[in-house]
Amino acid sequence: MNIRSLFKSEVTRREVLVGGWVIPEPARCVQCGICSFHCPINIDVRRYAWQGEAVKDSHCLTCGECVARCPRGVLSFGHTGLSNVEGG
Amino acid sequence: MRRYVIIGTGVAGFSAAEAIRELDASCRIDMVGDEPHGYYSRPGLAYYLTGELNEAQLYPVGENDFRRLGINRLTAHARSIDAQSHRLGLHDGSSLAFDRLLIATGSLASPLRATGCDAEGVIKLDSLNDARKIIRLAGRARRAVVVGGGITALEIVEGLTARGVKTHYFLRGDRYWSNVLDETESRIVEHRLKEEGVTIHYHTELEEIIVERGRVVAVCTVDQRKIPCEILAVAIGVQPRKKLAEASNIRTERGILVDETLQTSQADVFAAGDVAQVIDPVTGETTLNTLWAPARQQGTVAGKNMAGVTTSYHQQPPLNVTRLASLTTTIVGRVGRGDDLDLHGIARGDSETWRRLPDAFAAQEDFDVNRLRLLVGRQTLLGAIVMGNQTLSRPLHHLVSRNIDITPIRSQLLLPNAPVADIIASFWTEYRTREALCKAETVNSGWR
Repeated sequence: MNIRSLFKSEVTRREVLVGGWVIPEPARCVQCGICSFHCPINIDVRRYAWQGEAVKDSHCLTCGECVARCPRGVLSFGHTGLSNVEGG
Repeated sequence: MRRYVIIGTGVAGFSAAEAIRELDASCRIDMVGDEPHGYYSRPGLAYYLTGELNEAQLYPVGENDFRRLGINRLTAHARSIDAQSHRLGLHDGSSLAFDRLLIATGSLASPLRATGCDAEGVIKLDSLNDARKIIRLAGRARRAVVVGGGITALEIVEGLTARGVKTHYFLRGDRYWSNVLDETESRIVEHRLKEEGVTIHYHTELEEIIVERGRVVAVCTVDQRKIPCEILAVAIGVQPRKKLAEASNIRTERGILVDETLQTSQADVFAAGDVAQVIDPVTGETTLNTLWAPARQQGTVAGKNMAGVTTSYHQQPPLNVTRLASLTTTIVGRVGRGDDLDLHGIARGDSETWRRLPDAFAAQEDFDVNRLRLLVGRQTLLGAIVMGNQTLSRPLHHLVSRNIDITPIRSQLLLPNAPVADIIASFWTEYRTREALCKAETVNSGWR
């Protein structure tokens, strides 16, 4: 991997970390807890879903495990609106 | 200090307690329930049965949350309500004083009336204890028979299958959940169940449970077939737990009748969740729902009213996103009608509204394991079912629940072999763009 591609992958990662977060739709959630159970760093995603808040935990990797595992389509990625990453 | 008593530890009761505490910091809140486990995710039991979750994960909140909310929990059976003296009688002869009372007792599985129904091996899926029992029995059972319909029957079928139990599913009629799903949808579910190894017996009714030494060993059907099994699971519907209200002169029909503020026929006594028969102020229809989201919303509305903030309950078109034979399925609005032979009244995870379909046209599209069916009214979509690919689930939920005018695409949707998914997707894109422009204009005009 050359330095340019390394830099590029870092930019991509930053885009995901800063530019998106996991957003719940509470009307679909039944608090089963599969999202929290599968979070690799033990964020209680279910609690955010109950409150109807984006998963704003600074440790969230936006890995998408909770989004993919939720059996009811409660979770999706959304834009934070915090970053304009055009041009890196 | 005001005293609030909540009967029931489910989502309606918990939401009410949250709403009350937010409005009244100094009050006393007592939560009374039969179950020692307290507040857990009842829908989560399906995933506990399949092994996707462990038991500890079923509890959405911990001891700290109950302390923070100042909720006193009491495991007890509520016997009687004296609305005049504002006292709730408990099973041990003691009583609790209240200023406001909430009945959020939920619903219980309709019992099977057959000789042998008390035998070891006859199960239902109401509670955590039931799920534990199923898991325990599945550990040593080889064969099971499931009777009933709706979501719970499939939750049990899939839980048993996941645990390696050969499962026979009896249907009284010729297809699964006939008053909510159409024939194609029923066949998709049945086909997937068969692929998972489930044997479906159509036009089959249970006649007799054969018991030896207190345990189920087989069942006999009306047409005299004998099927050996160690488990007989029953999911023939649920009944709102309204006995307490009936015994206390509170008006009931199918559930406890409540007004728009969720107050019962007795002042200061409210009801919410599966047990409440709520009124739609627009149509005047009263409805039972056994869904999580309406129970939560009703709990919140009841809590606010109990704390003195007058709030009306507005029923949204009922939505459930569930799994039917491992296929994610969205059901919203009015999609079916009539009765289902496998269920008595309402099932769990169900709404009476789903079966109140007026005359409407259906637009539908099938692709691989996916299915999309829309119920098209004069100007709006009345309901929708999305099986498999859920891309259109949220858009359709929005279009149905907000009564969005679909006149521009109505005739296209009703053409034979219309590409329904594509039509909805492009309509949705245009609709969202229009909405965004309207919002921007509103903001701009605010600056002028």
